[in-house]
Amino acid sequence: MQELGSFLEVLISGLLAGVLYSLVALGFVLIFKASGVFNFAQGAMVLLAGLALVRCLDFLVARGMPFWAAVALGMIFAAAVMAICAFMVERYVLGPLVNQNALTMFMATIGATFVIEGVAQMIFGSDVYPLRLFPTDAWIAGEGVFPGGILINKLDVWGGVIAGLLVVALALFFQHTKTGRALRAVADDHAAAQSVGIPIAWIWFVVWLVAGLVALVAAAIWGTKLGVQFSITFLALKALPVLIIGGFTSVPGAIVGGLIVGAGEKLAEVYLGPFIGGGIEYWFAYVLALAVLMVRPQGLYGEKIIERI
Amino acid sequence: MTLKTVGLALAALGGAAMFAPAMAQNEQYVPILSYRTGPYAVNGAPYADGVSDYYNLVNLRDGGINGVKLQIEECETGYATDKGVECYERMKGKGPTGASFFNPLSTGITFALTDKTLQDKIPIITMGYGRADSKNGAVFAYNFPLLGTYWSAADIAMQHIAKELGGEGNLKGKKIALVFHDSPYGKEPIPTLEVLAKKNGFTFIPIPVTHPGVEQKSQWLRIRQERPDYVLLWGWGVMNGTSINEAASVAYPRDKIIGVWWSGAEPDVAPAGAQATGYKALMLQHGAGEFGVHGAIKQHVPNRLGKENFGQVLYNRGVVNAMLGVEAIRTAQKRFGNKPLTGEQIRWGLENLDLSAARLKELGFEGMMRPVKISCGDHEGARDGRVQQWDGKKWNIISDWYTARQDVTEPLVKDISAKYAAEKKITPRDCSKAD
Repeated sequence: MQELGSFLEVLISGLLAGVLYSLVALGFVLIFKASGVFNFAQGAMVLLAGLALVRCLDFLVARGMPFWAAVALGMIFAAAVMAICAFMVERYVLGPLVNQNALTMFMATIGATFVIEGVAQMIFGSDVYPLRLFPTDAWIAGEGVFPGGILINKLDVWGGVIAGLLVVALALFFQHTKTGRALRAVADDHAAAQSVGIPIAWIWFVVWLVAGLVALVAAAIWGTKLGVQFSITFLALKALPVLIIGGFTSVPGAIVGGLIVGAGEKLAEVYLGPFIGGGIEYWFAYVLALAVLMVRPQGLYGEKIIERI
Repeated sequence: MTLKTVGLALAALGGAAMFAPAMAQNEQYVPILSYRTGPYAVNGAPYADGVSDYYNLVNLRDGGINGVKLQIEECETGYATDKGVECYERMKGKGPTGASFFNPLSTGITFALTDKTLQDKIPIITMGYGRADSKNGAVFAYNFPLLGTYWSAADIAMQHIAKELGGEGNLKGKKIALVFHDSPYGKEPIPTLEVLAKKNGFTFIPIPVTHPGVEQKSQWLRIRQERPDYVLLWGWGVMNGTSINEAASVAYPRDKIIGVWWSGAEPDVAPAGAQATGYKALMLQHGAGEFGVHGAIKQHVPNRLGKENFGQVLYNRGVVNAMLGVEAIRTAQKRFGNKPLTGEQIRWGLENLDLSAARLKELGFEGMMRPVKISCGDHEGARDGRVQQWDGKKWNIISDWYTARQDVTEPLVKDISAKYAAEKKITPRDCSKAD
């Protein structure tokens, strides 16, 4: 019974950790859906959002503002910073590259990554900034059934709930709003969308802003887990296999991909790791991604693109 | 701007260009390999600040070492081995006599440079890190793991655990886990812990964490399943804070976790907030706080880099490291003259470094560290440590001094350095004949 309890504990923790990866992956999906660009800068955006939030929060709390009022103002400030970032990216990085191929735009986002990382640290600092927005202790469930019970981290549950709400909000946005439908049109063909009067500059600003807000949510949760610091940019690497598995164009795919990666890597680390030296979870996620690529190159939920040549 | 003005400006520049090398001829070139960017910057920056501030103190207060000014240059490695090697290659030949020595602050870079420094005859100082077997100066003539290797650290940590348990005999049957950065650095203590596990009869459980350590849930779930009596933490950067957070989430008592001295600074506990309370870590002799040398830096280095981190653990470690390098140059000058020295000459200075308590007091390090004496056979020089505990606001020293047991570490040093010598076809020096 204890073995089963341990297995369930690892599985549940893995699934919940996977949802946290999905939070980062969602930002990638949004920008890919709207511009066909793989946004290398998503990790840097999480860092920028996190630094803006925590530094504003610390500033206000130090001046005697009640914590939750400071959190609200900090969120507004960070959202404004992400809006400025979206405007700058559209105006100076992507705007001049309309109708260029995807590789050119991908390279431009690599450049944007280093600029965002550098500027964020220059303005807000490069130390570790603790952030405590969610509880980080754990519940112990099923103690009567399993010896020691099953540990469930409260922060992970918060992450799961927030990710679920985000998915619903984003699905509604894409399917039922004029801007959402325009986003999908721009993703299919920049030039064709422009020719029917879709304001591409506005659409790109909106999508980078939404991706920035998703990055802010990811930063709030991951910042509570790790402290806001440069290493938070590495989360982009955790999101990559999630995207490969779920598909680059699917919001629900990002969640399902996250669940598969999270559960897969944790089970592999705990049950396979001790036999082959451990430390396998990082690359095991990519093994899962490769397996999916072989069977479904577009990912489990990605759109199969058929081009007439 | 008239032509005459341009001409004067060019003449001035030309004069400065002619004058600059003339000044540099009497300067000792000291490179600093640092990382102020990247995932480990939170730990690398305060250390580099300490190093830089101490060198500047020597220049500004004393006019250099016996009149020879230090010519300092930093190179950013980002804790990446390839960048570290690149910095080394670019800097090794600079200055009138080449680089004095290198402090890479990375075990990975140390492993990559060990062969090169031997060829180039430039010492590599790895204070509290690097290859533990390089304590044996007979084989590793140019490596100086001053003040403590990871094998010494592992032994000190186990001595402390034994003391908490009421004696070495009580280690029998216990479980000790090592949560380590999956890199040359993190793997270093494993041989010592395996030896001690056999000797004392405890079960040793190594648990690796992949770089950079932002996700450790599976490792700590394993800790929850295995329920070790103590956890040793061999982390760096973001890994340390994440470990403490995850320990809290699986309700593993923080006072049963003992970090190595690279897991025991302020940035390591800050992300975990109150959850880090009770967490313990080894001290590489010194801890946080201000001592005589800090007063001197405040007085003589107006633009010091250490601000918020002034007097913190890693800043102080940088200061100690820089002081040991400066004193090695001073020692070498006694033999080779008060002039810029080569790496080979400074190697002699390092190998003959002897800092007594009186000298440490004179330098402003009284209370910070114990005397250290390096020799051909002992490039570590001292192997003393204490244990500190985080109370939620500051580190408090909670133990007396421990000295790593040579009967535990020395057989490993001999065995592994001999294998290295055989592999690299190095004939070990006869230390009884070393001057």
